[in-house]
Amino acid sequence: MIDNHILAPIFVQLFTAIAQLMFWRKTVTQRFLSVGGSIIGLLVAIRLFTRVQADGILTMNAANWDAPFGIVFVADAFSATLVLLTSIAGVAVSLFSSVSLSRQRMLYGYFPIFHFLIMGLQGAFLTGDIFNLYVFFEVIIISSFVLMTLGGRKAQLEGAVKYMAMNILASMFFLTGIGILYGITGTLNMADLALKIQLVQNKTLVGITSCFFIIGFGIKSAVFPLYYWLPSSYHTPPSAVAATFGGLLTKVGIYALIRVLSLIFIPDDFTRTLLMGIAVMTIITGAFGALIKTNVRRLFSYLIVCHIGFMVGGIAMFTKIALMGTVFYLIHDIMVKTNMFLIAGLIRQLRGTLDMGKLGGLYRDYPKISLMIAIVLFSLVGIPPLSGFWPKIFLFQGAFEMHHYFFAAALIIGSFITLYVIAKMWSQVFWKNPPQEDLLDDRFAPMRPYRKLLMVLPILILGVVTLYVGLNAEAIINITDKISSQLMDNSEYIEAVLGDKTN
Amino acid sequence: MKSAILQTATRYLLPILLLFSFFLLLRGHYYPGGGFVGGLVASIAFVLHSFANGTASTMKILRYKPLSLIPIGLAISTLSVVAPLLLGLPPMTGLWFEEPIPVIGMIGSALFFDLGVYLVVIGVVLTILFTIALEQ
Repeated sequence: MIDNHILAPIFVQLFTAIAQLMFWRKTVTQRFLSVGGSIIGLLVAIRLFTRVQADGILTMNAANWDAPFGIVFVADAFSATLVLLTSIAGVAVSLFSSVSLSRQRMLYGYFPIFHFLIMGLQGAFLTGDIFNLYVFFEVIIISSFVLMTLGGRKAQLEGAVKYMAMNILASMFFLTGIGILYGITGTLNMADLALKIQLVQNKTLVGITSCFFIIGFGIKSAVFPLYYWLPSSYHTPPSAVAATFGGLLTKVGIYALIRVLSLIFIPDDFTRTLLMGIAVMTIITGAFGALIKTNVRRLFSYLIVCHIGFMVGGIAMFTKIALMGTVFYLIHDIMVKTNMFLIAGLIRQLRGTLDMGKLGGLYRDYPKISLMIAIVLFSLVGIPPLSGFWPKIFLFQGAFEMHHYFFAAALIIGSFITLYVIAKMWSQVFWKNPPQEDLLDDRFAPMRPYRKLLMVLPILILGVVTLYVGLNAEAIINITDKISSQLMDNSEYIEAVLGDKTN
Repeated sequence: MKSAILQTATRYLLPILLLFSFFLLLRGHYYPGGGFVGGLVASIAFVLHSFANGTASTMKILRYKPLSLIPIGLAISTLSVVAPLLLGLPPMTGLWFEEPIPVIGMIGSALFFDLGVYLVVIGVVLTILFTIALEQ
């Protein structure tokens, strides 16, 4: 069904960014515009989500050029859900950054760039054209380079160089893959590619091309041999930036991987084994990396890597149950990981450091905030009935059905190490008494009440969404069920894009 | 660099280059040219002026900061992209006036998109160059 308004989430972010550029250096106006724009973006995303739920897949042919020739934008259940989650995370991060960032960073255009980043994310989720996907990836990484280097401290630049080098490499792989794909099929429309790729005689070439995409998206989503840029760069920018990166950027890689594998390169045995090996190693290395870290944000960075492995494992099995697990985990992970980095930012405001050795006594001083954080941490670990628990059921079920016992073992190890690491962090940061009381630098207590509220509110919003995902799991399972049926059987997507021209 | 020849030449070249950049902008829809190239030529005109007379005097003839051109250009482009939505057409659809206008020719939403690109390119190039020039 054609709906010309599915690009509204992109345009809202774009107009917000333009309006903020007009108020260059007026940081107070920019803050109000940012929060206002994010809230409008959320409302628009909710509208898109309900329309997709009611009417099925929506498409839009840009500039009125028909599907395989023009650029087409598609909102199916999967992309509409991710647009909605991104918008929720966007509201939370823009609230949090309005009080937590230094004025210096805001003066150099933090807010417009942040909205360009969110625009790129929404575009990547909504596009139905593989080259357009590449363009939106570029929008995302260029904005993220700026956000990462803004402030220009030495550690930040060091992290940014690693981040930039790896991401440019990923883009090169992705672009080369697109080039070969266009060479062998003559089309860039993903639905059209799904049909044309079946007619290609040279299956080896198709397999090699799929490897280009897996490497490109693998670097972006930080899987096993290619993940090391992530823990060495995500702890350097301010927490509001790290929350956007940790919560959303790696997940775009997973989204693109699912999209490409479900439409174009339906996984064969080789791809499945490759992805499964990657998944198991990602979980193990991420988990063991998290074990030895003493800085809260570095620890969270390794947990991102570990949990990316859960999702890649689900993709590797590529059954309906396993994909339900992956999609549910994606929903849970975007909300929780964004929140984790916001929490790290809050801890930094409360104590002035993120070194677990120097931290302590948060539960004694701030019991209410600590209890709220505890719920988020429990969700991350996956204590039933919170949100991290449900996707693991599906992943286990998928693993046992397909007899992937290594993956099931890795899931168990990954979950237990997450539990151990989070428990250790809880006892170090919240329960034990701080070793040197006088060294603590509490920047939170002297703040004015409305600023305190603005710091805690985003964590509360994301926490409530996480609780909803966990406690009302039936609704989410229905959505993931719909998403994974659309992913397993791509004929609905192809028909929505190409109409009756398929036969 | 103070050179009488360059200064005198620039006095004539600046308007000619600006006119040429506008010509490139207008012919861009069907022929080589367009907002990006036009914007580059226009910014080169100002760069030439700043070589001859110094950055400070170029900023004086511009009157506004080049940075302020970026949001204006982006806004014009984006508005031309979303304008078709008001008529129930998909974004980016070309809308055209029915009668050609003398000298300029056919006017459509694509021209406004290019005009936006033109302004953004001037804004970005001059912002970058002026920042580097004033650092020294």
